[in-house]
Amino acid sequence: MIVVDGVSKRFPNGTLALDQISARFQEGEFIALLGPSGCGKSTLLRLLAGLEEPSSGQIMWPTKNVGDIGFVFQDATLMPWMSAAENVFLPLRLRGKSRAETKPAVLAALAQVGLAEFADAKPASLSGGMKMRVSIARALVSAPKLLLMDEPFAALDEFTRFKLQADLHEVWRRTGTTIVFVTHSIYEAAYLASRVLVMSPRPGRVAADIVSHVAEGPERRTAADYTAFVKQLSDTLRQVMPA
Amino acid sequence: MNIWVERIAPFAFGLLGLSIWQGCVWGLQVPAYVLPGPVDIVGAYIGDYAVLNAALLSTLTVTFSALVVSATLGVALALAMAASNLARAAIQPWAVILQVTPVVAIAPLIIIWVNQPFWALVVCATIVAFFPVLSNTAAGLAATPKDLLDLFRLNGATRWQTLVLLRLPAALPYFLAGLRISGTLALVGAVVAEFVAGSGGFASGLAYRILEAGYRLQIPRMFAALVLLAMAGMAIYGALGLVSRLLLRRRDAA
Repeated sequence: MIVVDGVSKRFPNGTLALDQISARFQEGEFIALLGPSGCGKSTLLRLLAGLEEPSSGQIMWPTKNVGDIGFVFQDATLMPWMSAAENVFLPLRLRGKSRAETKPAVLAALAQVGLAEFADAKPASLSGGMKMRVSIARALVSAPKLLLMDEPFAALDEFTRFKLQADLHEVWRRTGTTIVFVTHSIYEAAYLASRVLVMSPRPGRVAADIVSHVAEGPERRTAADYTAFVKQLSDTLRQVMPA
Repeated sequence: MNIWVERIAPFAFGLLGLSIWQGCVWGLQVPAYVLPGPVDIVGAYIGDYAVLNAALLSTLTVTFSALVVSATLGVALALAMAASNLARAAIQPWAVILQVTPVVAIAPLIIIWVNQPFWALVVCATIVAFFPVLSNTAAGLAATPKDLLDLFRLNGATRWQTLVLLRLPAALPYFLAGLRISGTLALVGAVVAEFVAGSGGFASGLAYRILEAGYRLQIPRMFAALVLLAMAGMAIYGALGLVSRLLLRRRDAA
């Protein structure tokens, strides 16, 4: 369990991005951080990753080693001069692993996102959705305990986004990796997450903490409880947004 | 428009210009020591090609040596500037000062200080040529995508890994663009230095041949040397552009 305890973040320019955030993330949860632009959800994600330090409060981990965290950025951020497989291999390479010993893991990660046949392709020959899949494979390859995703599907077209959402949800169900997923889409949060933290506009606070009861299955996106959940999230967001 | 027409257009245009030039020289009976026509210039080259080609080779040797030194120096300084803000603060103003100082003004001093004429020329040409490599490579190293730097940090990358696997390859297109500009500048620098050294009696390079032809009023020969210089400059620019395109395409294409 990861415990976020009274975390605030003030930037050097004086902006208070996060104000007294407290939350607990259980193992195996899929948490969506939902809120309007500028509410500090990406900042919270960077704090969880350890890329930035909180100004006050603390984040507690059971244990934390290099490779325990996978991070997927808004853009695929692949290296254009490396093949898909080389891009996925990168996190392992940085930890001194050899290409030969990790080849099965790299290919398995690519297969997990449906790109087994594109191992040797350079990013220039892949579509936007495929690049994002490679990016997700790169985050999954070290079997992280926590997968942090910063609006990874925001730049994709709707068809691609729906497909990737379904595939990501499936990966989560299969691997049980804890995922924290930043989004400003109510529908995305409602479809993907097992729990949604609704955040208020700046300074970011946790305005609501709502557990999803949407049933799993192929009808997930059209089921009545999904629609009800979307309405619940919309109502909550309406309350936290200033008029 | 047809692609071939577009390809041929610059040559046709040049040929038209040359014809008008030659026509005027013939029609107005301009003496060759005032303005030689293209026919005289080609004739001068054919009459003296051994000397002119040797001079071209000499100038190109200086140019390429200066380009190699510029690339090495530019990348080394850019790396130092990327590695430490102190180094950046210390180096940057001096690089700019060297860049804005006219090399004509300091070339005589350099030729005195550096005893060996060849290396004196290389030093002058390097002073002119190294700045684009330095500033472009520095810009490339500074423009490493921030997300990728974060990714490297998250995975516990060392500074060395970040440099070799990320920052240098990300800066390669910038470096190559800088190198292309430096290539033509190295030629300009070499020619300027040869002028200064040539007027001091050091006989080498196309610039010296231009001076010599001027003194002897062999104006067609002077023009022939000038044409060789212009063609060398275009060849260097074109070749470096081609190398850059091929290299990047090979690296980034599927």
